[in-house]
Amino acid sequence: MSITVIYTVATLSAIGTSAAIILYFVARKFKVNEDPRIDEVEGNLPASNCGGCGYAGCRAFAEACVKASDLNDLHCPVGGNETMNKVAEILGLEAVKKDARVAFIRCNGTCDHRPKTNIYDGATTCSIASSVYSGETDCQWGCLGYGDCYDACDFDAIELRSDLGVPKIIDDKCVACGACVDACPKDLIELRKKFPKERKVVVACRNQDKGGVARKACSVACIGCGKCEKECKFDAITIENNLAFIDSDKCKLCRKCVPVCPTNAIIEENFPPRKIKVEEKEECRTAK
Amino acid sequence: MLKTFKKGGVHPPENKLSAGNPIEVLPLPASVFIPVAQHIGAPATPVVQRGDQVKTGQIIAKSSSFVSTNIHSSVSGKVKKVDFQADSSGYPKQGILIDVEGDEWVEDIDRTEELKKEFDLEGAEIIKKIQEAGIVGLGGATFPTHVKLVPPKGMKAEVLLINGVECEPYLTSDHRLMLEKADEILVGIQLLKKAMNVEKAVIGIENNKADAIQLLSQKSKEYEGIDIAVLKVKYPQGGEKQLIKAVTGREVPSGGLPIAVGAVVSNVGTAFAVYEAIQKNKPLFERVVTITGKGVAKPSNFRVRMGTPTSALVEATGGLPEDTGKIISGGPMMGRAIASLDVPVTKGTSGILLMKKEESKREEVIACIRCSRCVSACPMGLEPYLLMTLAEKQIFDRSEDNKIMDCIECGSCSYTCPSSRPLLDYIRFGKGKVGEIIRSRKK
Repeated sequence: MSITVIYTVATLSAIGTSAAIILYFVARKFKVNEDPRIDEVEGNLPASNCGGCGYAGCRAFAEACVKASDLNDLHCPVGGNETMNKVAEILGLEAVKKDARVAFIRCNGTCDHRPKTNIYDGATTCSIASSVYSGETDCQWGCLGYGDCYDACDFDAIELRSDLGVPKIIDDKCVACGACVDACPKDLIELRKKFPKERKVVVACRNQDKGGVARKACSVACIGCGKCEKECKFDAITIENNLAFIDSDKCKLCRKCVPVCPTNAIIEENFPPRKIKVEEKEECRTAK
Repeated sequence: MLKTFKKGGVHPPENKLSAGNPIEVLPLPASVFIPVAQHIGAPATPVVQRGDQVKTGQIIAKSSSFVSTNIHSSVSGKVKKVDFQADSSGYPKQGILIDVEGDEWVEDIDRTEELKKEFDLEGAEIIKKIQEAGIVGLGGATFPTHVKLVPPKGMKAEVLLINGVECEPYLTSDHRLMLEKADEILVGIQLLKKAMNVEKAVIGIENNKADAIQLLSQKSKEYEGIDIAVLKVKYPQGGEKQLIKAVTGREVPSGGLPIAVGAVVSNVGTAFAVYEAIQKNKPLFERVVTITGKGVAKPSNFRVRMGTPTSALVEATGGLPEDTGKIISGGPMMGRAIASLDVPVTKGTSGILLMKKEESKREEVIACIRCSRCVSACPMGLEPYLLMTLAEKQIFDRSEDNKIMDCIECGSCSYTCPSSRPLLDYIRFGKGKVGEIIRSRKK
């Protein structure tokens, strides 16, 4: 009995030892020399693997950074400038400062603004609905509201608002990875410059129909009248295909375009209330 | 035993409400909107301008490439504008808006009803005339007929199959046409045979149309080389590949055209259009449209000019029933719901179906129970449940490996699913994406 035990242990130990020796030499022979900086860079990345940098995950981005001769085209939108500075420090390169960005859904076609003209009862995804037909309202450009962007977001930064019919982006959760931009079949989502206190002035519309058609479909549609373009002193606004666009990199948040818009297609968010212009009061008492 | 195709298939209630009602001519509408893309292939290029006077049958948009067709004016009157208007998809498409004034036809069109049997034309001349007349497959796919008649190099057609199956529930336009224009269809078939240089033609008809079978069997004796194949009722027998399988027993290979097994399939409506184009000089600007539904006061078959708004058809049958839930252009299985009654009748409109609310309601979607009914129903031998999941998860390479492009979008899978899963919705989406990928690979 005891001999069986001894034989077993001895055989197994012999196999184990020889395997270990073989593995040792194989490992030495096929050793891959990896730049230790890749691990270091990766350790400083947010590990969200969102793909917002354009690479397949944080590891791939770290490899690209280490290989690159400069960091001009490499940017981690989640970590922002802080992360990129750390990466630059490790690699002895210079990081390019980039403005933080935030996603914005350019459609304000809520149930109040854009009446439904028919009912869709097919598969509830935006990609399928948009491939079947133009949508439940007369606006073929606007949000369908089935939430493909919501499904694409890994950061819980989009909430579906059944009361509005259009999803909302939660700015402080959005990391500008761009997943929702690709998911939206109507190309409504734009990554815009993030201003302090999450302030923004945006044309919340993508309707490229002529004014009358657009307005009939939605009360807050951009009709491409061009008033905002004239008002803007910073050349931030351009009109193309009956649609105004505010370039967030040029916009100075002066808000002058907002009141001139006849359809309220330009919206301002997170500003303190405007001072109401009070006409100079006539003196009601005669001075002494 | 009656012939049919082997794989899959379903048998929905036939509901051929308008089968007994003869074809009537729909009065001319006040204006028509004629889209320039009524066929598969490149849209035609408009050749008229605002303010031009046009006659019925005049070319208003010219074919822009080989796979494209001419578009003819369906009315006489004044071109109001060349504009964009929403089609059945809701997206605006280019077309020509004409205000109707009288009904003056182009002079060389023979407007008599007299049957002209004799013809003395070469095959190439027939094809040229078909191309000029703007004829497309009238079964619904709207593939330009002249393209189909010229086989790719190295292939030869042996048999012409004429599709008189009309397997879609509710629709009766082909059925009525076979009853009322039997001789014209048979002459049209002779013309098609000559064009393709084949000896044999077979008309496939399902045995729920006994009167049409009897009439055509009798009349076809007067014509050489035309047989009638009586088929068992089964959907989607009107599908090209299913019809070939049912009549000839041959199976079109995956990704191949019917010509690969020596067959070319044309609809009875197309055969009639070919007769009119060649014997009567009349281009394709009107077609038979069934307008039907359980709530419709008078389900009818109308001869309708292209570009007539759907609302005119609905009016002619007694107006929109109050409990209408969906308006479908085409049949209930493959047709598509339209969002507006302004959508015009085009070359591909075989019927307008007004469905009641309770009929058209989609049931609540629940989880797949792996019953595999969709697999047994699929006439192409695919696995719809798998294709749906792959499209849902956007795994398009595996969708392609699982032959998603072979799907004929007949809807048998969705029809049979006990969990009312939107199988075809997802498969069609996946098909679109895989098609894009295949095209980008070719470039």
